[in-house]
Amino acid sequence: MNDETAIHATGLTKRFGHVVAVDHLDLTVRRREVYGFLGPNGSGKSTTIRMLCGLLNPTSGDIDVLGHSIPRDAEALKLHIGYMTQRFSLYEDLTVDENLSFLASVHDMPRAKARPRIEELIERFWLGSQRKQLAGTLSGGQKQRLALAGTVLHKPDLLFLDEPTSAVDPQSRREFWESLFELADEGTTLLVSTHYMDEAERCTRLAILDRGRIVADGTPQHLLASLPGRTWLVTTSEPRRAQRALHDLPGVIAVAQIGTSLRVLGSGDGDLKQRLEARLRETGGATVEPTAPNLEDVFVAATVKSRGDAREPA
Amino acid sequence: MSLRRLGSIVVKELRQLRRDRLTFAMIIGIPTMQLILFGYAINLDVRNLETAVLDQADTARSRELVAGLAATGVMHIGHVASSPQEVEALMRAGEISAAVVLPPDFETRLERRDRPAIQIVVDGSEQVIQAAARQLAAFPVRGNQGWTDATASVEVVNFYNPERRAAVNTVPGLVGMILTMTMVLFTAIALVRERERGNLEMLIATPVSPWELTVGKIVPFIGIGLVQTTVVLVLGDVLFDVPLRGSLAELYLAALVFITANLSLGILISTLTKTQFQAMQMSFFTFLPQILLSGFMFPFAGMPKPAQYVAEALPLTHFLRLVRGIMLRGADITELWPSLMALGIFIAIMLTIAVSRVRKRLD
Repeated sequence: MNDETAIHATGLTKRFGHVVAVDHLDLTVRRREVYGFLGPNGSGKSTTIRMLCGLLNPTSGDIDVLGHSIPRDAEALKLHIGYMTQRFSLYEDLTVDENLSFLASVHDMPRAKARPRIEELIERFWLGSQRKQLAGTLSGGQKQRLALAGTVLHKPDLLFLDEPTSAVDPQSRREFWESLFELADEGTTLLVSTHYMDEAERCTRLAILDRGRIVADGTPQHLLASLPGRTWLVTTSEPRRAQRALHDLPGVIAVAQIGTSLRVLGSGDGDLKQRLEARLRETGGATVEPTAPNLEDVFVAATVKSRGDAREPA
Repeated sequence: MSLRRLGSIVVKELRQLRRDRLTFAMIIGIPTMQLILFGYAINLDVRNLETAVLDQADTARSRELVAGLAATGVMHIGHVASSPQEVEALMRAGEISAAVVLPPDFETRLERRDRPAIQIVVDGSEQVIQAAARQLAAFPVRGNQGWTDATASVEVVNFYNPERRAAVNTVPGLVGMILTMTMVLFTAIALVRERERGNLEMLIATPVSPWELTVGKIVPFIGIGLVQTTVVLVLGDVLFDVPLRGSLAELYLAALVFITANLSLGILISTLTKTQFQAMQMSFFTFLPQILLSGFMFPFAGMPKPAQYVAEALPLTHFLRLVRGIMLRGADITELWPSLMALGIFIAIMLTIAVSRVRKRLD
């Protein structure tokens, strides 16, 4: 591990009874990256983040975060990280201002430094007119901005954000991501979990998680490039019927209806286009065009592959 | 431990409390209501026992005696019976709890003093009334020495509560009861609430330490406990004229230690439970032995040994000794040091276990 590595974890595993939430996960996050965790609910995103923060003890595996061995040095690490929980976790019965000054004192910030910092953050996250408002009465977007302000108050080097935008509208999500990139610009490393494809696409690197394992990782471009010639757009007058017809065609991984057309993800071997056209002729005819892959295709391909592997006898 | 961090928790708790109107109302409302209810209702004195008189003698002396009995206030003579059967019927129906029977040869019996001149029939199905009957048996009847000398009084000589007013005994105990019920609950839900609302996950990701968190949650409620103590004491003085024979400062010192003991117990409950509901259930579970065994309801000396050992471990037992000693007997707190020390040990044990259970981990 060198100075350029923010997080390095190997063989990270967490079991809750018989349930394996995180299964031998290896992860390296470099400094100043905006690293994304993309995965469905229950894929182990939150559990992994909690272990990296030192809030959960791993069943096995080694973690090094900012040069601290976790969970052993978790308390020392807490001075240098910010953790934004999935659920709004500031006090709803305190005002915006009170929440921030509480967090400043909890981080032992000297009063003289805390006040200007709070003013700066209130300004930066457009909370000026909500200053005296109870946090519980803020809108979803305002809550997220307040939570982010509270998380970065003590200028942490590394931020963990667990599905930060799951409860806000698209406009707020866009603004929120602008703030994240600003923080990254200032040198903060960010680890963000999400189940939104468009958010994952914004990350500098990302890992796709499925059932506690990383099934694909790399830059979004790299991941998209791994699916050449495997995605097709089917235009037909009867999409529902065509979808049923294509569903069990060998070589087809997934068929999704997008408006009036179908998006087909193939396994990548052989003459899928011809076989698609042949099958579609039986159901009334359609056109099949190649199309550029998107992250959803990457996600589906990666999870199907991992589940296919899991079904094979050991 | 950082004082700034500790202070931030205290300030935060007070701010939250200020906005929690229901809890705020309970701080003053609960002690007031309980004091008024218990102060007036818990009354072990027997007064106004419904009584019938069957005066078969009907002489000047017998009438004087009946008037004397009525004057004690223990009996309320509401029925005049004309036959023993009528007395029996009244008692069976529950109309009366006692009857005074004066036989036709009342005068002769008084002269000869060979047989009881008066019979007091009581309803034995009620313990308290039986006890009252024993008092009535002590009613002075001195034969022909003249009734007026025997100023009828069934009052038992009573050292610290000469008027035998129950409120004098109940109010000091009520200070303890009220503090037990409110203080334990306040802190029992304190940590659990943070967990339920998701605040704890945020909090444990900060540098705050278990001691700061635990002590910071207790400190604000000490002030509230002292406010409640004041409410009960002032009302006790105004409504029931309960005396304070010892030092007021010492009384507050005892209350302070007792409040801290209850808050420590509460915070321990908070670390043992997962939801606010569980915390409340567990708090109520600790109330029952305190009410029953501490000496609040039943005299400590009358309990079997094993129950006394259990009672020694309860904070209310020790507080009752302190508060009764200071308020009613005018004792000096230094004379009551074993109880003060017992409370100190209780606090130390509860807090240590609680802090060791506050893990900055989610699993």
